[in-house]
Amino acid sequence: MKFANKIAAAAGATALALFAALPAWAQDAAATPAPVVDKGDTAWMMTSTILVLAMILPGLALFYGGLTRTKNMLSTMTQIGALACLAMIIWVVYGYGLAFGPEGNAVIAWGKFFLAGVTPDSLADTFSDGFKLPEYVFISFQMTFAAITLALVLGATVERMKFSAALIFGVIWLTIVYFPIAHMVWAAGGFLFEGGMFGTSLPAALDFAGGTVVHINAGVSALVASLILGKRIGYQKEIMAPHSLTLTMVGTGLLWVGWFGFNAGSALEANGSAALAMINTFVATASAALFWMLAETVAGHKPSALGFCSGIIAGLVAVTPAAGNSGPFGAIVLGAVASVICFYAVTVLKPKLGYDDALDAFGIHGIGGIVGAIGTGIVYAPSLGGPGGDDFAIGPQVATQIIAVLVAIVWATVGTLIATSIAKAVTGLRVSEEVEREGLDLGEHGERAYNI
Amino acid sequence: MKLILAIIKPFKLDEVREALTGLGIAGMTVTEVKGFGRQKGQTEIYRGAEYATNMVPKVKIELVCDDALAPRVVETLQQSAGTGSIGDGKIFVLDVGQAVRIRTGETDEAAL
Repeated sequence: MKFANKIAAAAGATALALFAALPAWAQDAAATPAPVVDKGDTAWMMTSTILVLAMILPGLALFYGGLTRTKNMLSTMTQIGALACLAMIIWVVYGYGLAFGPEGNAVIAWGKFFLAGVTPDSLADTFSDGFKLPEYVFISFQMTFAAITLALVLGATVERMKFSAALIFGVIWLTIVYFPIAHMVWAAGGFLFEGGMFGTSLPAALDFAGGTVVHINAGVSALVASLILGKRIGYQKEIMAPHSLTLTMVGTGLLWVGWFGFNAGSALEANGSAALAMINTFVATASAALFWMLAETVAGHKPSALGFCSGIIAGLVAVTPAAGNSGPFGAIVLGAVASVICFYAVTVLKPKLGYDDALDAFGIHGIGGIVGAIGTGIVYAPSLGGPGGDDFAIGPQVATQIIAVLVAIVWATVGTLIATSIAKAVTGLRVSEEVEREGLDLGEHGERAYNI
Repeated sequence: MKLILAIIKPFKLDEVREALTGLGIAGMTVTEVKGFGRQKGQTEIYRGAEYATNMVPKVKIELVCDDALAPRVVETLQQSAGTGSIGDGKIFVLDVGQAVRIRTGETDEAAL
């Protein structure tokens, strides 16, 4: 049988089957249709989940590791890996319940602890009526967000925080900071998810893939933790140049690749919204990388590899809340603006204020997240190419975005103060001066990154 | 015998080696070193933080030759390692008291 004949035969068979099925359709239409679990959606969400894992290990571990000094490479990577693992375990024990449990109020949820009642048949909602995902896939996807957010905070505290302190900090921080903010922004019934906060008629906050939950949260927490921890010995006096920008570049690439799972996965379906998030994740990032290097040039420096990498991260951070909430050209502008502001924060503001945010977790994730979150309220407008409805108004949306930013800043600040103070009381928080000088790889883990 | 010690720019090493083997120099020891002279170093900038690295990477060549050859070695070194710009390096010539080839026990010129 020729190929064309095969197609004709198959079409005929399908037509017959459709006729045969017609009476059955008529009956089903009367009852509630069964929820559809689309295998394409499920496959994409499983892929996205694993892409976010690639952002943590090896992505963030290499990105941050390359930026530290040789003697702290392993300590940095081990803290990221171990805290991500800790977050995964806590997530299935009670984190998912606190963020997305069946019971709850505007600030926190509860129920489904130890994933009680979840089976392979359990379903989670997507953004389309009638389309569902296996709940285990949704749980895993959201789990990776908790894991990377905690790992991001460590960028400010590397090279001096004890491993034990990082673990204790991680448990408390996830519990009192991450889960409530994730619930408020992303869960049904959440304070910022529902809109109308403080009795106003303001719309719900827009946060497509975690600008508020992940980046502002992690960035502000990083700043607070680094302030409590204090500066590294020799900060602004000794050479603390990155030990391997090659590895930082590798990590940057893996972060960018993984970010497609982060952003395009947040559509929860393999559809046009995911496609929009995908193209935005390309172009906002590309624009930000070029604009960081342009800012360097205008400031009288050379366009650098680290500037390129920093611009990429700044663009990715800024487009995160806007990924599915902006048109491609809105995303390009957002990436450019965030990149230049982050450049200013990192190269001018930080030295002036003198805090030791070692790897610029606040300077890029915090500042970039704030610019992205507020900018999302603007680029969502259909007049600017965004996907907002015809009745969309920029003013109230931006007001909501600012409220969301402020809630995240206050919540993260207070929570991190508590978490860091407890970690300090239990472990002492900071390594001894001797360990800090010798390096945390040997002092805390008994091994070195390079034996050459 | 003379020990000739030269600090040169790293990218000149192949050219220098070729020129010296052309003179009949049978062996040399090469080390990657850092230091400074009139070329004071470079400035590196990472995310706006400036680091003045006041040590410049160089290559150090050590070789021993007999007294008669030494002036030509120095001259060849100077020509092949030179670029005419700052930081080309220096050459030092020292007297050597004894040389021994470990495998055979040969001494002095025979050991070179």
